[in-house]
This record gives sequence, C-alpha cells and structure tokens, in this order.
Amino acid sequence: MPESSQVSYLFSLASWGVMLGGVIALGAVGLSLVYGVLRFANLAHGDLMTIGAYAVFSMLAWLPQGEALAPFSFGREFLVALALAMPLTGLVGWAVDRLFYRPLRRRESPPLILTMASLGVAFLLRSLVYLGWGADFRFYYTGRPRPSLALPLGVRIRPDQVFILGLTVLLVVLTYLLLEKTRIGKAMRAMADNPALARVSGIDTERVAAWTWLVGGALAAAAGAMLALDAQLRPEMGWFLLLSMFAAAVLGGLGKPYGALFGGVAIGVAQQEATAFLNPAYGPGVGFVALILLLLWRPQGLFGGQAVRLGRRRPSKWVRA
Amino acid sequence: MGESVTGTEGGGLAGVVKAVLLALPLAGLAAPLFVKRLLATTSSMQTPEARVDGRARLIASGTLLGLATGLSAAGLLVWLLPEGILAYLVSFAVAASIFALLSLGLNVQWGYTGLFNIGIAGFFAVGAFTSALVTTAMPAGPLALYSQQLLGLKLPFIAGVGAAAAVSGLVAWLIGLPTLRLRDEYFAVATIGIAEIVRLVFQNERWLANGPQPLRGIPRPLYCLVEDPPCAWLPPPLAAAARLLEPRDYPYVYLVIVTLFVAAAYLATERAIRSPWGRVLRAIREEEAAAAMSGKDVAAFKMQALVVGAMIMGVGGALYAHYLASIDYSHFTPLYGTFLIWVMLMLGGSGNNRGAILGAFVIWGVWTGTAFLTDRLGPTLAAISPQLPARAPYLRYLVIALILELILLFRPQGLLGEERRVSAF
Repeated sequence: MPESSQVSYLFSLASWGVMLGGVIALGAVGLSLVYGVLRFANLAHGDLMTIGAYAVFSMLAWLPQGEALAPFSFGREFLVALALAMPLTGLVGWAVDRLFYRPLRRRESPPLILTMASLGVAFLLRSLVYLGWGADFRFYYTGRPRPSLALPLGVRIRPDQVFILGLTVLLVVLTYLLLEKTRIGKAMRAMADNPALARVSGIDTERVAAWTWLVGGALAAAAGAMLALDAQLRPEMGWFLLLSMFAAAVLGGLGKPYGALFGGVAIGVAQQEATAFLNPAYGPGVGFVALILLLLWRPQGLFGGQAVRLGRRRPSKWVRA
Repeated sequence: MGESVTGTEGGGLAGVVKAVLLALPLAGLAAPLFVKRLLATTSSMQTPEARVDGRARLIASGTLLGLATGLSAAGLLVWLLPEGILAYLVSFAVAASIFALLSLGLNVQWGYTGLFNIGIAGFFAVGAFTSALVTTAMPAGPLALYSQQLLGLKLPFIAGVGAAAAVSGLVAWLIGLPTLRLRDEYFAVATIGIAEIVRLVFQNERWLANGPQPLRGIPRPLYCLVEDPPCAWLPPPLAAAARLLEPRDYPYVYLVIVTLFVAAAYLATERAIRSPWGRVLRAIREEEAAAAMSGKDVAAFKMQALVVGAMIMGVGGALYAHYLASIDYSHFTPLYGTFLIWVMLMLGGSGNNRGAILGAFVIWGVWTGTAFLTDRLGPTLAAISPQLPARAPYLRYLVIALILELILLFRPQGLLGEERRVSAF
C-alpha cells in the first residue's frame, strides 16, 4: 500500500471511530449517570440499549413508511420511532428499578449485590429480546442504498454517521442542561455528591432515582438505535459494547456524565484504529485494555470524578450471621 | 453383550458392577452427614487428647457407614430404576458434579472473600483447553490439514488436570496483579473483559486450539474399562467384571472420577475455611479496612483466594473437556460458563460449600429440565405466536435469570445459608 493511502485509511478509521465513539458516549453518559446517582455499576445498561434498538425496530413496522430523507437512509418515521422508543425504554429502566433494585436499596444491600442483580437483569432483558424478536440479525432498512460522502484526505463517511454524531452532541448538551439548570438535575447532582446529605435536606431520593432511570434509559435507547442504524440489530449488540462503555465512562470520570462524551470518542477512535493492526474481532478487547491501562495510570479519570479507590464496604447483610 | 445372567433390565451381574461404581459417589453424599453427626458427640469428651483421638476414629467410622449406605442405595437404584432412566441420571450427575467444582471454586472467591468474579468462563475455558492440548496427540498426516493445535504432548489425564490447574492459577495471578487493587465493580468489569478476550482468542486463533472448529479426540480417562477387551493392566477378576460393561456405561466410570475430584475440592476448601487463612478471608469480606488495620496484607490474601478459586475452576474445565472429548469456544459463553454458576452458588448459599454443590445439582436440573418443559409447551406457545416455539429454548435464559432475581429479593442467603464457623485452630 502506498504511503498516502495508508494515511488516508488511518484517517478514515479515525472518522469512523468518532461515529462509533458517539454511540459509545451516549451509552456511557447513561451508565455514568446511574453510577453517579445510584452508586452501582449497572451491567444491564448494554441490554437496555438492545431493548431500545428493538423497540425502534418494532415501531418502524407499525408506522407508515415515508421517503428517505435525503441524504440519510432513513425517513421521518425513524425519527418518530426514536422519539417514542426513548421514553419507553426509560420506563423499562424505571420498571426494572421498581421490581429488582429498589427493594435491595431499601434493604441497604451493598453495591455489589445491586451489581449482581443487574447481571441477572442483563440476561433477563436479553432473553426477552430473544423471545420477542428471535436470534437473527436484523436491519432497520434493507436494500436501501447508503451512499458515502467523499471528504478531503480520502476520508469516506456516510451521512447517517454524521447524523449519529450530531444527535449524540445534542443529547449530551440536553443532559448537561438538565443536570445544571433544572431542579431535578440539581437534586441528581446533590445525590451523586453526598446521598446522606441529599436525603436529610429533603430531597425525595426515590423520585430522583426514577428520573435517573428515565434519562439513562432514554439515552441507552438512542445509543442502541444509532448502533443499529449504523450496523445491524442483534440480541447481543449491547452486551458487546458494555466494556467499551465502561472504559468511556471511566475515562470521562465515572459519575461525570459529560466527561463520557470525550471518553466515548477516545475509546471509539482507539477501537477503530486498532483494526488496522489487529483482527477486528478483538475490537471489544481494545476497549478493555484501554480501561485497564487507564485505571492503572489515572484511576480518577481524566476529568476528576469519583476516584476508583480500594472499596469501603458495609458489612454484608446478604449472609446470615 | 449377552453376559448378564438374568437378562432383566438393569439387573444381573452388569447391574452389580454398576451398583459398585455408583456406591462411591453416593457414599460421598452420605459420609459427610454421618461424620458430622458423629463429630457432634466429641464435645462431650473430657480431655483434648481424647477429643483428637476420638475425631479420627469417628471420621473413619462415619466414612465406613457412608460407604455402606452408598452401596445399599446404589443397589436399590440399580434394582428399582429402568436402565434408561438410571443412565440418564448418571450422566446428569456427571455434568452437575463438574459444575459443582466450578461453583466450589467461585465459593472460595465470592463466598469466602467477596471477590466479584464474573469471568468464570475464562478460567473454565483455560482449564478445558489446557488439559486438552496437553493430553491429545498432535494431529498428523492428512488430519493435520483440518486440525491445528499448539501442543500435543499426549500426557496422561492426571497431568492434564494438573496443567489445567496450574495455567488457570497463573492466568488468575496475571489478572489479579492490575485489577485486585481496584474497587469491586472495576474488578468485576475487568473479569468480564478477560473472559471475553479468552473466548475471542480461542475463537480466532486457529494455530492455538483449532480456532472456531472443535478440538477433537480429547482422551477419556479409564475408557479402556468399558472397551472389549478391557485394560491390559487390570488383574483378572477385575477384568472379568469390567468385561460386563459396555462403552455406553462409561458415565458410570467417569462419575467415580468426578466424585473423587469434587470430594477432594470439598474437603480441601472446608479445611481451608476453618483455618486461620479462611478466617482472614472472611474478615476481608466483611470489613476490608478492619482486616488491613489488624496487620493483614489484604491484597495478598485476595490474590491467594483468586488463584485458588481459579485453580479449582481450571480442574472443572479439564474434567469437562475429558468428558465431552470435543470442545470449542462456543461452550464458554458468559451465560453458560459464568452466569449459570453464579446462580448455582447463590441458590445453594454463598459461603457454604455444601450449598455450592447442592446449588449446582438443583440449577443443572432446572437448566436441563426446561428443555423438556419447552418441548411440552410447544402447542401452547404456538397459540400465542407462531414464531414462539422455535424461540422457546430462550425461555430457559429467562427462567435462570428470574431465579437469580428471586433469590436476591427473597432468600439472599440461599437454600442452606452460611454456617456459623468456628475455626478448628
């Protein structure tokens, strides 16, 4: 391969990495938010993404199909489906919380028990996807041409990918405004900083938890739909992205939702660039290695956030003394 | 082979041989109960010397009682059950016992120490492939075109199991170095990552263990017992007995082997939890800072628990490989290789070794039982949606995941719960 085309290949990979990073960032923002407010690692976040992506898929079948909005591959009905699936997935997150996490929270279970419950929820949600839609790969739009734009330096990207990045930025800005400007956002930040203090100063912590799930679930749905738009739908799509989302959330400083935007893009680019040197099958492994190196080098993430330190755990109430 | 005397199903001389083979695993279940009952009487003994002396005698007599019970129970089973059902139960017990080993390994990590390892599948796979690579022969001739592997040392079974334990322990040590310093959730995420990478490596690297194609021809230990003529080294009377067995009776032999490993792991981990070492692990689980303040090197103890647990998991993987004789990467998915084992331990009772074994049998029963159930449910499911019967196998995911949630909500200590432990020292 001549020198110039090699460079432009790396540039192309970088720009695809930015798009993939947008998807990772959307998931990581939700993950970071749930971790910050409710203080446990939600292993079911990837599968919530999958639920959101399949919810969009089912709505596309109901909604009247319009013309594709040039230059994108999707029509107006996709935007409508996305707008409906986001709150719906938020409600799924909230329902899961009511059924499985809230009773554990009430019992003051240690965070690891909530994490274990979320592992169960991850498999529960995925089994529902398998039962509802089957194991086959699916596409939002089959057989539609997806032309790519030629940019300088030989970079080729599809308009859909630009849309993904634009939507990511929009949603992260909206999340920022929610957290900084609204009462509920302030309550969320207060809970993330000091849950005990938040409780005694009269914040309804359960209401804050419910809002956290609504926002986190809606962001997960958007991330899932974007991933499916760019590639395809499959029941394990979200689970495969979990490590990358964790890496992004840690890079951005866990519990700092907007740091996740940067973290997501960095992980996405790293993952794409790695395919130039590695078997692409190891993509998820790159996110993981990045996570480990990062934790060793800068455990508090690049932008501060909750430090990753040796854990202080409450005495375990889950075993009988 | 028409050598059974009466010709009745399950009866005859072949039945006697099977009953003898079954007696050992059943004794393994019965003996601990007897030993426990008998040992409870030692507290009435006066001097410490009498107590130590009494313990040894009581353990011996409890074991003998267990053997006798096992033999009579095995006789009853062989006599009462139709041959097909008995054979099914035996192969069920082999699989469940292999999972019991994995669950015992997890109990050292989570139940004793509180290490949230959700990458069991990684150690399971490393153990299985290591033992397979060490004990198989290098493919030669035209076979080498279709089958590639890194090693083919053709070592005996027991060397394979040892290598599996050693390599799994080594991998655990390497993983523990960077991750054990991290907070629990990060350790958890790191272990998922390791398990996924291990699976990806075995899936993609053809030179290592035949990549996506199964690695075949893993030797089955003592398989010669069920062949005709039986192993040359057997003394004539035993050879005559072995001649009554057929190749399809191999699970009876393997059950004995697996039981020995489960019993060894059970006794070793029981002894460990009652030792000062076990006491430190429990202290770390309950209050890490307090353990560190009383001068314990928390990181070192966590590493030991991680490595010991992983070695037991590696042995479980090796036994799995030698039973199936053919393995590939797809056996070691997060659901089958990790999640199922978590549910087993949580159901039985984390921190309780008997619970770990019980949980393995119950959940393996649910897992295999749902296959029958979904067959039966076919027409009902078809009435709900035409595609549903084809997807019914995924119902078992749903059932297993729901079981875990229900345990966490309603019986967090599991069926048996953790016993109050008093160190033996």
